[in-house]
Amino acid sequence: MDITIAGMLAVDGLTNGAIYALLGLATVMVFAVTRVIFIPQGEFVAFGALTLAMFIDHKVPGTVWLLLIMALVVALQEGVGAVRAGAPFQQALTRAVKPLLIPFMTAGLSIWLAPHELPMWSMVLLSLALVTAMGPLLYRLAYQSLESATPLVLLIVSVGVHFALTGLALLFFGPEGFRNPAFWDERLQIGTVPINGQAVIIFVTALLFIVALWYFFGNTLFGKALRATAVNRNGARLMGISTHTAGQLTFTLAAFIGALSGLLIGPTTTILYDSGFLIGLKGFVAAVIAGLASYPGALVVALGVGLVEAFSSFWASAFKEVIVFALILPALWLRSRHVTDDEEEH
Amino acid sequence: MKLKQTLVAMVTMGAMSTAAWADITIGVNLSLTGGGAALGLPMQSMIKTFPSSIAGEKVNVIVLDDASDPGKAAQNARRFVNQDKVDVIFGGNLTPTTMAIGPIATEAKTVQISGAPGKDGEFVFILPQGFSVMAHAMMQHIKAKGVKTLGFIGYSDGYGEGWLKAMEPMLKEANIKLVGVERFARTDTSVTPQALKLVAANPDAVLVVASGSIAPMPEIALRDRGYKGLTYQTHGAASPDLMRIGGKAVEGTFVVSGPAIFADKLPAGHPSRPVSMDFAKKFKEATGSDKLSPFAGHSYDFMVVMEKAVPIALKKAKPGTEAFRLALLDALNTMGRTVISHGVMNWSASDHWGYTNETGVMVVVKNGAFEVLN
Repeated sequence: MDITIAGMLAVDGLTNGAIYALLGLATVMVFAVTRVIFIPQGEFVAFGALTLAMFIDHKVPGTVWLLLIMALVVALQEGVGAVRAGAPFQQALTRAVKPLLIPFMTAGLSIWLAPHELPMWSMVLLSLALVTAMGPLLYRLAYQSLESATPLVLLIVSVGVHFALTGLALLFFGPEGFRNPAFWDERLQIGTVPINGQAVIIFVTALLFIVALWYFFGNTLFGKALRATAVNRNGARLMGISTHTAGQLTFTLAAFIGALSGLLIGPTTTILYDSGFLIGLKGFVAAVIAGLASYPGALVVALGVGLVEAFSSFWASAFKEVIVFALILPALWLRSRHVTDDEEEH
Repeated sequence: MKLKQTLVAMVTMGAMSTAAWADITIGVNLSLTGGGAALGLPMQSMIKTFPSSIAGEKVNVIVLDDASDPGKAAQNARRFVNQDKVDVIFGGNLTPTTMAIGPIATEAKTVQISGAPGKDGEFVFILPQGFSVMAHAMMQHIKAKGVKTLGFIGYSDGYGEGWLKAMEPMLKEANIKLVGVERFARTDTSVTPQALKLVAANPDAVLVVASGSIAPMPEIALRDRGYKGLTYQTHGAASPDLMRIGGKAVEGTFVVSGPAIFADKLPAGHPSRPVSMDFAKKFKEATGSDKLSPFAGHSYDFMVVMEKAVPIALKKAKPGTEAFRLALLDALNTMGRTVISHGVMNWSASDHWGYTNETGVMVVVKNGAFEVLN
């Protein structure tokens, strides 16, 4: 192996690593705020990429119908919940209609615009909006009523949500795979290593987004509220921070990160309805090695996972997956040796 | 589910109660729901075109859905042999479901004709082509092109392994060196590292073993990294998805395929040409679509086989009896060369896969479409 091949492998590894990093960050964030181990994170990746693919084909994406169904179920849940809690009809109706507003607006816009010739940026925005709108609905449907359950229960719910979403993806997108056109197919050269434009876009977007997240958590009211919930849920509630809102906001962000990753990775590979799971799982590995607690940790480990994956594909492609997932064992062993009694309590 | 099965059965065969003792009863087990439905539904669509009688005997067809579940398939098979006393079972359309039916059919001395590759047996016949028949056609082409070194990149699953195992002895015999064996998974986000390794080995040709919309991925990566040699794809990639996803990168790729889906595009000398054209006509009648499904072809072929074997068996015994079922087995084993839409079948007591080497067709991607090579 010469330096050029090593360079190409490094670029390939870091590009995928950047995607894993985004997903790993989302996993850490969701766990910190809601204690949900969010296995279906990867599903949003497939949703994002396939939604854009459908828009490019001038078809109404399946996500539209999925979003509408989810919104209607949530509306029913809210309405019935309000009536059973003894709220007057008027108030129950308002509560039921509220979760419908954004999904119906996004879906309506998508149905109206889908058959037209659209510029790329507007299709990207619509795809992001459709998938992001699913985040809070998913939290409301699957997790909100179990907010105080143990992490183990929430993990099992996550497994169920994963299977449900994969099945729904097959129903709404079909079994065909799609590869989206590159956003930028410029070919650059650094030394002897060729880099394509899409890799640059992935890297720059991931980096910008990570900085934006850092700013969001450090300097905005919502970000601080999420951090407060992550540190101490009861304390945060006493300070007037709603755990419902915190959970829904976190899932909104998680869905957005998933969709963004899907749009970024869509032009580099064929995405099928079930492709997201394995991509998400690698972000999950990074998050777990980082102890589901450290954002910079998850970022560094995710880039490492990407690199290990690239180099092991080169040397022993038949064992690539084994090598990547076996990484988690020594990491967990090392971590478990450092756990103090104080940390055990969480 | 029960209601749905009943409905399906009623729609496709008319009233079951009319099944008289001397009628030929066919039990069809397909996955009409669940993960295997994409394969099962096109197969079901062709059942409409089954003849209503063979050699003067009325044909009754009972269709049951196994919901892509081997347990359900076994249950359906038990119903076929115990309650309906079928003369022959057609299905399943997935390897696990078909393998669940095999032992039950064998126990009841009933012929099973499988629409999926599985395990053959005394009473079990397989309709889809095995790897070695396809590999044979591809090897002829590889040898004719004067290839000396071959790179391999395939799925890290049964499909990849099956192809590799079929190719290895043929490559050895032809003195072609296998210079790289790389693996990848259907859901991988990048095959660049594997492509880099193959490009470094620089073989005369690369064989990609993958399916559908994933198959172009390794080719795109190879061309991206400057690979200039020949590329081959397997019958799993013989669909328009190859060009839809692959675009310019797959131009000039050689693909091996069964003949069923090419109909009138087959060369005039190919034995399956008239059969495949008839299949295309019936498929159009049944579904209104021109996009031929190879799975529907298996249903069509099942009927071709029945129309040849049943008259032979009828000379020995009446349908609905064990003697007839054994006579049907005997007829299938001894009827000899049978041309079907998927190729030329030559079943014998010792070979229940039985395609002859005339079966595989080589096509090349030219201007974004398949062109059949002579």
